[in-house]
Amino acid sequence: MAEKPIALKLAEKQREVSVAEFFERNRHLLGFDNKRKALLTVVKEAVDNSLDACEEARILPEISIEIIEMGPDRFRIIVEDNGPGIVRKNIPNVFARLLYGSKFHSMKQSRGQQGIGISAAVLYAQLTTGRPARIKSRIDPNHPAHYFELHLNTQRNEPEILKDEEVQWKKEHGTRIELDIEATYQKGDQSVDAYVKGTAIVNPHATLIYTTPKAEQLIFARAIEKLPKEPQEIKPHPYGVELGIMLKMIKATESRTMQSFLTNEFSRVGPQTAKEICEKAGFACNEKPGNLQLPHVEKLMQAIKDTKIIAPPTDCIVPIGEQLLEKGLKKEVAAEFYATVTRSPEVYRGIPFVIEVGLAYGGQQPGDEPARLMRFANRVPLLYQQSACAATKSVIQTNWKPYGLSQSSGSLPVGPLTVAVHLASVWPPFTSEAKEAIAHYPEIVKEMKLALQECGRQLGSYVNKKRRVGLERERVTIFEKYIPEVADSIASLAGITKSRIQAALAEMLAKNKEFIASNTAKIEADESDEPENKIKMTVKEEE
Amino acid sequence: MTEPKKRLVELGQELAKDIEKGKQPKLDVPVRALSNVQYNERTKTLELGKKSAERIFFNVGHVKKFVQTLEVAKVSKQLLDLGKHASLRDVFYMAKRTIPGSNINIVDEQTESDKAIEDLELITEFSREQLNINANKNGSVAGQVIIEDKGDAIDWSKLGSGGWSIPSNVEEIKFKKVSADYVIYMEKAAVWERLHEDKYWDKHKCIILTSQGQTTRGIRRLLQRLNQEHKLPVYVLCDFDAYGFYIYSVLKFGSINLAHISESQAIPSAKFLGITADDIEKYGLSKHLIKMKDVDIARLKQISEYDWFKNNKAWQRQFKLMKQYGAKAEIQALSARGITFISEKYLPEKIKAKDWLD
Repeated sequence: MAEKPIALKLAEKQREVSVAEFFERNRHLLGFDNKRKALLTVVKEAVDNSLDACEEARILPEISIEIIEMGPDRFRIIVEDNGPGIVRKNIPNVFARLLYGSKFHSMKQSRGQQGIGISAAVLYAQLTTGRPARIKSRIDPNHPAHYFELHLNTQRNEPEILKDEEVQWKKEHGTRIELDIEATYQKGDQSVDAYVKGTAIVNPHATLIYTTPKAEQLIFARAIEKLPKEPQEIKPHPYGVELGIMLKMIKATESRTMQSFLTNEFSRVGPQTAKEICEKAGFACNEKPGNLQLPHVEKLMQAIKDTKIIAPPTDCIVPIGEQLLEKGLKKEVAAEFYATVTRSPEVYRGIPFVIEVGLAYGGQQPGDEPARLMRFANRVPLLYQQSACAATKSVIQTNWKPYGLSQSSGSLPVGPLTVAVHLASVWPPFTSEAKEAIAHYPEIVKEMKLALQECGRQLGSYVNKKRRVGLERERVTIFEKYIPEVADSIASLAGITKSRIQAALAEMLAKNKEFIASNTAKIEADESDEPENKIKMTVKEEE
Repeated sequence: MTEPKKRLVELGQELAKDIEKGKQPKLDVPVRALSNVQYNERTKTLELGKKSAERIFFNVGHVKKFVQTLEVAKVSKQLLDLGKHASLRDVFYMAKRTIPGSNINIVDEQTESDKAIEDLELITEFSREQLNINANKNGSVAGQVIIEDKGDAIDWSKLGSGGWSIPSNVEEIKFKKVSADYVIYMEKAAVWERLHEDKYWDKHKCIILTSQGQTTRGIRRLLQRLNQEHKLPVYVLCDFDAYGFYIYSVLKFGSINLAHISESQAIPSAKFLGITADDIEKYGLSKHLIKMKDVDIARLKQISEYDWFKNNKAWQRQFKLMKQYGAKAEIQALSARGITFISEKYLPEKIKAKDWLD
């Protein structure tokens, strides 16, 4: 064969793909698979960023969300916060460069993770309408507000600045983003409306002002004037680090010995533990990290596995808390009974997490439909991929029958119930980049189930009590039905008028309603040997 | 006003008085259970004890029965007012209805109204016949006997293949002529038909009597009257099983459920003719036995522990043998020896030899 090897031919076509180009093609990975979801994703990315920024700056968030219908399938989204603002030089990168962010490298509980979200939204707007993103930001009253119009250069993954000017803004500090996108608006479980409501439940410290495309303004006022505790940043725990990351860390470290590398870069590793790991891995404590080759690192990984290291600190996680979660639920879900549980921190793959569960039962919720499940991760509602989520699995695997609900195997319980499941973690494990479902780590599923059971027991005692009260009411009704019958019999035996007897019996029932209702003497069996239950009743004074 | 009617009016007036005083209405019903039944050694019958239970209207567990009892009392009073009689089934339908605006029925099944009537008997101390409520006719009799019933003379020997069917109330019957030496009561109507066809009563100068299964009150009273008024011995022919034994026990001592009327029902001199364990040996019936089920064994144990059987050695021996066989035998097993074996050989032999259990 005279032809040149196929690989050479193929090589001509092989070139670098920019991240931006990749996401342009694979936008579904970021939550832009359809027009309806796109609307939600854009709002969600903007609001999540605003909440993170406000909390980091210790400002009580007040966020306004406005969606304006511009034409068929075309919407303008405006999200404005009272956060700390962004310094001028960072604005273009924050909004128009993928994978630019402050959160990827830190082990700290926050809503955003990778620094993709808002830039992806900008990219989506650009792809569907061609219109640039309009950003306004101000960092304090002594600085001017800056206005940018930005495009994202997909080949180079860089911002293109179309406009950069100082403008007047009456806000003292904050950020405002305006995007035009192709989208559709629809109400329902997976709508922006549901997202905003869910956000209000798990962020009772935030005020959200939402103007829908129908120009209705909904205000979700905050239920508490206190910010959640600031989450602490932690170093990775050795158990949670994989080989690739370990290699990268070893390459990047400034530590001169393995012992100091281990103690400095990881949580819960002291000099003694570091020494033990080095010994087990078969190298000296003062070995230079730079000298380590792949086989050594593999040994190191094994040594870590074989060494007992205490669990990572858990103060880095800030759960909502039982009281606040209840407040949040009460605020947004009209029900008659609420139960909330915050579990103690646990660890999956060396990463600490906390599970919280809230239940809202009864009220106007439909009793013949499956319970409504609301899933949250780090105070963000998860609206898609319900069936793929660990939270769904946990709810389904929990037996709800003892708690007074009906449930067929392999499905959600049926009843007037809302179940909220929240995972707080420095690194919530999602099944995809779009952050729609929590991955099925056994530790996480176990904690979720325990929390659900704990709440379920509270619910069970309420539901049973309610049922008991219902029975008592039914009992009184039985007598109401029987009174005319027995009055008729007695009257016809004694040869007197029925009405007097009936009135006297009705009066007796009314006076002793509570007593009669609570009297649970068991049904007497004719041939039973047991003495019948004697009951006493208040008797009118003899005249 | 007749006594039963007076008692029913009193019952209504007592309840009305309590209600108007604000006292909750209740009925005292003697407990009809083994725990409240005693065997009287002297009279050799069962007696109802003094234990009674309150049935309270304002009690979820009692209200239904309370209403049922008063409902049948009302029906009974209406019957007495009209001078008419009704059957148990009639009373059931007179009481059966749904309370308006609810899904509650006063009675759902006839057993409920039947029980309510039995309770009413205890409360009023009158029998249901006196309350103008009759049971269904059930049972046949044949023999050289002439009676008078409501003005009609009836000859028990001239009633064809069916015999005279026994009414539920035999109180008013007059015996005109009784020419018999004894009475045989049998559990099985099929056996009665056999003996009737063979004219056993004619050949042996006796009366043959049956009801299907458990003996009704009318039959028990009829047997008792023949026994008391004409000094006829009563022989009982039953299956060799726990239920057969209990039929005999009811005839002789009275029933647990109706211990309050033992006096007008029990026949303490009745004898158990067969089938006995000894018959099985003597007449070679061991190939025609039926295996006992768990319920049979449990019932046998209950019966063997009744006070009136406990110290009876002959009976305890029968129970023991039955347990050993692990099997029971029907009267009809005798047919294995020939269709007329029972009338030509078994019965004459047994009676002649006084081969019975007391």
